[in-house]
Amino acid sequence: MTTVLAQGITHTTGWESAIFYVLGTIAVLAALGLVLARSAIHCALMLVVVQFCLAVFYFVQDAPFLGAVQIIVYAGAIMVLFLFVIMLIGIDSSDSLVEVLRGQRVAAVVLGFGFAGLIVFPTGSAIAGTTAVGLDSANGVGNVQGIARLLFTNYVFAFEIVSALLIIAAVGAMVLGHRERAPRPTQRELSEQRIAGEHPSAWTGPGVYADHDAVDSPALLPDGSPTRASLPENMSQDDIIDVIERVGIEK
Amino acid sequence: MNPANYLLLSGVLFTIGTVGVLLRRNAIVVFMSVELMLNAVNLSLVTFSRLKGTLDGQVIAFFVMVVAAAEVVVGLAIIVTIFRTRRSASVDDANLLKY
Repeated sequence: MTTVLAQGITHTTGWESAIFYVLGTIAVLAALGLVLARSAIHCALMLVVVQFCLAVFYFVQDAPFLGAVQIIVYAGAIMVLFLFVIMLIGIDSSDSLVEVLRGQRVAAVVLGFGFAGLIVFPTGSAIAGTTAVGLDSANGVGNVQGIARLLFTNYVFAFEIVSALLIIAAVGAMVLGHRERAPRPTQRELSEQRIAGEHPSAWTGPGVYADHDAVDSPALLPDGSPTRASLPENMSQDDIIDVIERVGIEK
Repeated sequence: MNPANYLLLSGVLFTIGTVGVLLRRNAIVVFMSVELMLNAVNLSLVTFSRLKGTLDGQVIAFFVMVVAAAEVVVGLAIIVTIFRTRRSASVDDANLLKY
């Protein structure tokens, strides 16, 4: 154990510190941009920046497989999916500025600072003086081979469950995204709908068969009864009541 | 620099993701903030893997990525379905179960 600790890394090399500080700053700024940007597209681009920074961190920390997967799966596939959905439901669907719960934003920011303090300060004091064993021996035959050995021995059950989960998720997304369309009515059904109703032809206009040709005198149907359907749609309610009192519309 | 400093960065990114979930109203942006939190946890897992000298942390980070991909697929499908029926992607408008 002491020999392992003696071999452990207490300090990273200079170029790794430089990468950490530069890309770490960029990642934090991009994450803040993700929270603060108005447009959903800008948020997605900020998230891509964070993910590229993290991919570089993975490469630096002897995890080249995860770095490649991060770029291919996260920055590639998942972000494209996000952008698809943003384009699908409208880019201009920006956030509403209405506060549903009063003081929620202020409380969220205050609690965020508190949470950051709770995480960062204990972690900072806990990691002081720690040493890293390093992955040189674990990556001895290669990082991908090492991960594959673990995946297909210790974690093979979890691996199978995760593969089932992926299939379930794909089928679930297809079920959710699928929309059953009602079959379009045929031309015959349309014409039967139009002809077989109460009125075999076009609506009679106002004044037809009536003793006035004013627009507010309803047309008479062939059986002699007046029809409200012949009155203009934008007649006021009072005028319609007048007409009803005058001619006694039933329908 | 102590290699464990990556844990601090991971904590800061996780916190920013949490605040994003609390602040934003657009369901897609809330979802992106959740992705940011998952990414922060992945960074801490990779760092732990390096600190301990075993690859288990990287394997678990790999599983987190797979589960996150499945979660994104289903979640975005749900968002699209809600948008179709309610014409809105705001999390405040999906309140049918509230009353």
